[in-house]
Amino acid sequence: MTSSAGQWQRETRAGGAELSCGRHETLEGPLGAACEDPFSPAETMNWAGLYTVLSGVNRHSTAIGRIWLSVIFIFRIMVLVVAAESVWGDEKSAFTCNTQQPGCNSVCYDHFFPISHIRLWALQLILVTTPALLVAMHVAYQQHQEKKLLVLTGHADAKHMEEVKKHKMRIAGSLWWTYVCSVVFRLLFEAVFMYIFYMLYPGYQMMRLVKCEAYPCPNTVDCFISRPTEKTIFTVFMLVTSSICIILNMAELVYLVVRACARRSQHHTNPSSGKGSFYGHKHSSEYKQNEINQLLTEQDGSLKDMLRRNSGLQEKGDRCSAC
Amino acid sequence: MDWGALHTVLGGVNKHSTSIGKIWLTVLFIFRIMILVVAAEKVWGDEQDDFVCNTLQPGCRNVCYDHFFPISHIRLWALQLIFVSTPALLVAMHVAYRRHEKKRQFRKGDQKCEFKDIEEIRKQRFRIEGSLWWTYTSSIFFRLIFEAVFMYAFYFMYDGFRMPRLMKCNAWPCPNTVDCFVSRPTEKTVFTIFMIAVSSICILLNVAELCYLLTKFFLRRSKKAGNSKQQPNHENKEETKQNEMNELISDSCQNTVIGFSSS
Repeated sequence: MTSSAGQWQRETRAGGAELSCGRHETLEGPLGAACEDPFSPAETMNWAGLYTVLSGVNRHSTAIGRIWLSVIFIFRIMVLVVAAESVWGDEKSAFTCNTQQPGCNSVCYDHFFPISHIRLWALQLILVTTPALLVAMHVAYQQHQEKKLLVLTGHADAKHMEEVKKHKMRIAGSLWWTYVCSVVFRLLFEAVFMYIFYMLYPGYQMMRLVKCEAYPCPNTVDCFISRPTEKTIFTVFMLVTSSICIILNMAELVYLVVRACARRSQHHTNPSSGKGSFYGHKHSSEYKQNEINQLLTEQDGSLKDMLRRNSGLQEKGDRCSAC
Repeated sequence: MDWGALHTVLGGVNKHSTSIGKIWLTVLFIFRIMILVVAAEKVWGDEQDDFVCNTLQPGCRNVCYDHFFPISHIRLWALQLIFVSTPALLVAMHVAYRRHEKKRQFRKGDQKCEFKDIEEIRKQRFRIEGSLWWTYTSSIFFRLIFEAVFMYAFYFMYDGFRMPRLMKCNAWPCPNTVDCFVSRPTEKTVFTIFMIAVSSICILLNVAELCYLLTKFFLRRSKKAGNSKQQPNHENKEETKQNEMNELISDSCQNTVIGFSSS
């Protein structure tokens, strides 16, 4: 009994890693993607962790979405970590006021910098990248539904299950709405933060000298900011990349809407037959089976293609009744 | 052993959580732990070095700092996050125990065991019912308690959630009541409010999850009571299966497609 208890404890401990990096089956959510190698050195929960979580979403994004993600990671997060943080590193220690009065320095710094640029950018980047997790969650949910359906129709072999995981979801139907909401939220957060920046630091320019007269400063003292020009350059750079990201998001929104309308007009020129019957009387099992067959022929998507490829089924319609 | 290791350990619990539990875990890692590591630690980084008192008296600054900040915000948050995430380990342990039992049965060659090999047992996801339900519910209950206790501790220690700019101190050896100035008070207030807000969101998510689990429990119980009166027959099973398929297809109508009919 003791040996088995000991073995169970060993399994639990090792299995902290084992459990976490499961080979992923059911609804793991976005965090499931984070575990690539359980025995790698523990990665702190920092930007690299966020990158791991978000790179999974990349697969289900549009082309513009992927460009946007690359711009975020390379031109914003990387620049923040590699360059901007060192520029702002001594922002408080090198903030000097022309007075010996203790506390005047702190108070004037707090008055002119209620929240540092670096923290604002970090918050902005985190909030702007998280709507993508909505899409990841929706995709995980749909994959779960597909697997359930596979099990019910008796095709729950390993090959099909793997393909469900690997195939790319089409952005149509409810996923389209989730995706569009995530893009809208991104745009909103970007705009809000740009506005906050403008309110807190009018003109986006860093002054060399600021005049301060808050208590306990004895009179109006001159305070000098460290590296103002370098800070201005980086502020403008981050502002420009933020604008590029806003433009990319708007382009993605337009692309999604145009694609949806194109699909809808295609659908209207080839209307599906018997759609009215979907809302018909549903008592006999044969009628139900006909309904399913009809729905199946109306849809298109990779899972159906995959199963068709594997079993050589023929089908009539190949059109998405989406959006 | 740092936040990354906690992330690795808890990522495994994710698999056996409800959907609300998964959202809670995501909020915890991205909006609390990540913000703490990436932003908040830097804001509080110079809290003692830049705590300035209007006196040259040696020791006065140290004593006043200690008087006003018995435990730093950052350490309190770190403790809170650790305490709040560890009840999930109860669930992980219970799942590991169940897996161990199944493996033992499988190795003994028990007829009841329906798995093909050890790998399948390892991959299996357990439903939250029976004793696992009780473990899971207790873990959520503990999470709620810890969150509430820490929020109260914060409020009690720092008299509200605002960081004042100036504090007056007259502890010995300060010669009289001296003015002491806190570094970056506004930024600290902003982050404190942010962390409190996310903590409240986590509390709401936990309460929602608790309600969801209780509702599921009572529904299952009433279903069982209802089913025990009926006679199960072959046709009912087929029809239920068909209904479930119909639901799945209509739910995922536009995107997921299954190419077969079951006939």
